[in-house]
Amino acid sequence: MKNFSTRAAYFFLAPALSAIFIFFFIPVIAAFIISLTDFDIYALGDYSTVRFIGLSNYLELFDDPLFWTALKNTFYYVIAASPLSIAVSLGAAILLNSKLIKLKGIFRLSYFIPVVTTLVAVAIVWRFIYHPRFGIMNYFLSWFDINPVDWLGDPVWAMPAIILMSVWKNFGYNMIIFIAGLQNIPEDLYEAADMEGANGLQKFRSITLPMLAPTTLFVSIITMIGFFQLFAEPYIMTQGGPLNSTLSIVQYMYQEGFRWWNMGYSASIAFVLFFIIFIGTLIQFKLQKSTR
Amino acid sequence: MNKKMNYISKILMVVILMTVLSCNKEEGNVTTIKFWAMGSEAEVVTKLIPEFEKENPGIKVLVQQMPWTAAQEKLITAVASDNTPDLCQLGNTWIPQFSSLKALTSLNEWINKSASIKKENYFEGIWETNVIDDKVYGIPWYTDTRLMFYRKDVFEKAGYNHPPKTWEELLDLSRKIKALYKGEDKYAIYLPTNEWAPFVIFGLQAGSDLLKDKGTKGNFSGKEFKEAFSFLVNFHKEKLAPIGISQVTNVYQAFSDEYFSMYISGPWNIPEFKKWMKGNLADKWSTTPLPGYKENYPGVSLAAGSSLIIFNNSEHKKETWRLIEFLSRSDVQIEFYKLLNDLPAIKEAWNDPVLKDDPYMKAFYEQFFHVVATPKVPEWEQIAFSKIQQYAELAARGVLSVDEALQRLDADVDRILEKRRWIISKNK
Repeated sequence: MKNFSTRAAYFFLAPALSAIFIFFFIPVIAAFIISLTDFDIYALGDYSTVRFIGLSNYLELFDDPLFWTALKNTFYYVIAASPLSIAVSLGAAILLNSKLIKLKGIFRLSYFIPVVTTLVAVAIVWRFIYHPRFGIMNYFLSWFDINPVDWLGDPVWAMPAIILMSVWKNFGYNMIIFIAGLQNIPEDLYEAADMEGANGLQKFRSITLPMLAPTTLFVSIITMIGFFQLFAEPYIMTQGGPLNSTLSIVQYMYQEGFRWWNMGYSASIAFVLFFIIFIGTLIQFKLQKSTR
Repeated sequence: MNKKMNYISKILMVVILMTVLSCNKEEGNVTTIKFWAMGSEAEVVTKLIPEFEKENPGIKVLVQQMPWTAAQEKLITAVASDNTPDLCQLGNTWIPQFSSLKALTSLNEWINKSASIKKENYFEGIWETNVIDDKVYGIPWYTDTRLMFYRKDVFEKAGYNHPPKTWEELLDLSRKIKALYKGEDKYAIYLPTNEWAPFVIFGLQAGSDLLKDKGTKGNFSGKEFKEAFSFLVNFHKEKLAPIGISQVTNVYQAFSDEYFSMYISGPWNIPEFKKWMKGNLADKWSTTPLPGYKENYPGVSLAAGSSLIIFNNSEHKKETWRLIEFLSRSDVQIEFYKLLNDLPAIKEAWNDPVLKDDPYMKAFYEQFFHVVATPKVPEWEQIAFSKIQQYAELAARGVLSVDEALQRLDADVDRILEKRRWIISKNK
């Protein structure tokens, strides 16, 4: 009987498992094998020119200044943008969850609109906002007698400009998840705290934050993974410039792979990125466990 | 269960058989040519096809449009999966890549037999871009190149009644224009640091061959390229050209505002400049061939444009060649120009009044006699777009000195060309 039910389970799992195997494991293994070769445009024409080069791609990668630049930019982006994005979405969620606010639907909708708007359209609008001579951003700054900043043309300011835009674009999504989390916190906890005479900050620290911990973990992992894969924003806004200051790791991978057809090299970048995200996720799990 | 399976498999068999049969079916004696073209070329060429089909009953042409931005990926994927069309439009700098994929048919035989397509009908530099090791892989369809767009009125204010003919004059004029604005945020020339073309053009003018040893090593720290590179970087250093690209979001507006007075660009910009230079500005601008190194006027520029190629796998090469001959006819080329402003590759077509009487076109005609191809190696695009551009920007911003930038450029280029060196040594 038991034997039969295990077999039945495998039978029902088979379609899903084979799909995962065919469309996930095989490509991943193939990509790994390719990352050990110098597969490139010559190889597409004549397979006999493929050379198995072991870990050379990976070694070359560690010697490639552009790879380090891309890695540094990506970390800069993730470290600056993830907490900022989470803080903004948490703040917005708490505001929208407050009983004092009216017309919640409209606010929720308008904060969510950037998430579903096409990035290309958003990027074009933001390019105008950031325009050094006619942009509204520099116009605001001029009220405070701050000299115009060449947002997207200055290597120092280009990344902050991208961060600002992508936080604005993405916070609505996490906000919705946080609102759902907030609504799951039992009201009586707050009532009890009121009886004890706790103030707003104390309630936030002792009730809201701990109760939101699982949501925060989920949100921060999803955000981190998503942000490590930064691609479209710089691809449209700056093409990785100026001076490669916004070149992200995924963009570098795309360039090497699909623009210059260095598939082997590009695959090795993909695996390094995979490894980084893997470690990042592990660390977050560990942190979350130790705080509990 | 078993019976049902049987039933299903029978249906499947019939379906598969039907698809196979329908694939093999030829509609009467009509041959269909698949023609892939890019962007607006694809749109416009469909207007020329009916005439071809009328002249050639029995041949039908199926045009498919690809966007420029995705074309290269799509084509390489098509080659890798054996799904290539018969005829295709190919940017002429892509020909080395696709010939290294062994995907292109050599057209020498067809040209020898042809009554209409002859090498001497074409601008020499443009034709040359299609030739690799004496084999012709493409027939030029339309051409473009880069030359100088300039403000006549500003030149006159700066005391020049003719466009610069040498590098020296170009620099002198730029300084004079800059002096006109007395510290205002205005410039003489726009040399975007995210464009490799000006650096390569001036390098070629100075006589650099860009790559050495049969295109297997970089030659950028060579004397000629270094001279050109420092000449251009100096424009940024002296603030004769604006640094960065985002200040000039709209090139045409900046040009009409006198933000800069010279710009090196191609024919695709003529309609735009006409649109922006309106009213009393309409006669204040023009085009002119590029200045030359020392006495060689006009200086060379890039041989760009698109060619028509036949893929190796095509089963209708004869019919496809007929279509190429049709599209290369002088009257068809002029028609194509009228529809899209793509410049004819046939010299004869330039005698037509629409081109001859156009004041902006004269400079292009002159320039086309002085165009050269970039090195014909498949890695060239990567070298130009990623490496030359990168180091040009670093040098223009003063992060690296010219010597450092060029040495690193050569090192990077040598690394990119390693595979090519290996393949060439293997085939010896």
